[in-house]
Amino acid sequence: MQMLEKVLAHNGLVTAFLLVGIITWLSARLSRRLTLGRVHGSAIAILIGLGLAYYGGVLTGKQSGLADISLFSGIGLMGGAMLRDFAIVATAFEVQVTEARKAGLIGACSLLLGTVLPFIVGASIAHAFGYRDVVSMTTIGAGAITYIVGPVTGAALGASSDVMALSIATGLLKAIMVMVGTPFAARFLGLNNPRSAMVFGGLAGTVSGVSAGLAATDRRLVPYGALVATFHTGLGCLLGPSALYLATKAIMA
Amino acid sequence: MIIYGTALLAACHLLGLFLGDLLGSLIGVKSNVGGVGIAMLLLIFARLYLHKRGWLPQETEQGVAFWGAMYIPVVVAMAATQNVVAALRGGPVAVLGALGAVLVCGSVIALLNRGSSQHAWQPEAETPQDPLA
Repeated sequence: MQMLEKVLAHNGLVTAFLLVGIITWLSARLSRRLTLGRVHGSAIAILIGLGLAYYGGVLTGKQSGLADISLFSGIGLMGGAMLRDFAIVATAFEVQVTEARKAGLIGACSLLLGTVLPFIVGASIAHAFGYRDVVSMTTIGAGAITYIVGPVTGAALGASSDVMALSIATGLLKAIMVMVGTPFAARFLGLNNPRSAMVFGGLAGTVSGVSAGLAATDRRLVPYGALVATFHTGLGCLLGPSALYLATKAIMA
Repeated sequence: MIIYGTALLAACHLLGLFLGDLLGSLIGVKSNVGGVGIAMLLLIFARLYLHKRGWLPQETEQGVAFWGAMYIPVVVAMAATQNVVAALRGGPVAVLGALGAVLVCGSVIALLNRGSSQHAWQPEAETPQDPLA
């Protein structure tokens, strides 16, 4: 038993491939048996992943979910930014250029809306709950854009660490809601063509939320959404500590 | 050779992220600006160029396609490494902030996508094998 554990721990990435394979197989079966294929297998797999992350977090008290358990540290490499970006870029191989070009302008518009609207919502709710100072409002509002924009903005403005944590939590919850909710809301959102996927990518934000949500809806839409969503964090980090901060300051003054 | 495809993908990935960092520092942001998006555009153009010249045999394409297909498994792994505990501990501000942002953006998405549904794609054909493949 100990020897097996050693093999698994020493081959972290390979262990991760096996684990994700098992999760995928399990969720494909669950999808077919329990929901008659109505809930996409990937959506169930992502939910199982989030559940395991919760378990890992409770067990170790650390921040990287299942990856903090040494036996499963390879899952951190497999799900880390490097392989995630590598795989996202690879999906671009299937993009039809004419489709992407047609939606370029509306993609850019939705990107801007997707930055400003969540910020307004986040900052207003922060205000309603007693976070009245401009720095805290801006940081929490930025967290509602993505969970990376929040701490980047907070660090730039010198926000307190509990506000930073709150802002990260807001962004993480948003990403999780998008991951889980997208397949269910797909019809309402009109998610059935490349143009709509690009609008979605701009407005829903967070590469992780968008790409997982689209993956669980229709795999072919992923590259279009990701193409736009990837600019989301950059735009947010650009506007958060500058334009959005100044605008909030001007309104609150 | 399959490795040519993977190497092409790697080249686009690295160049894209480098340009994204460069763009970020040019406009004074502490973050990568659109690096992955730039990498995707590079790969799209590389494919068009190589395809036109006939320098893209199927084996080379497989070196990219494999990683594209690994995308969903990678996302599952990513989900398993999220800080879910912290997210749930954020309390009402985090929950309401996230929920509000999602609802507002969802409504705007639905609004913007009205009228584009005549271009709807056929639903994905249900493959007899594993749908996650």
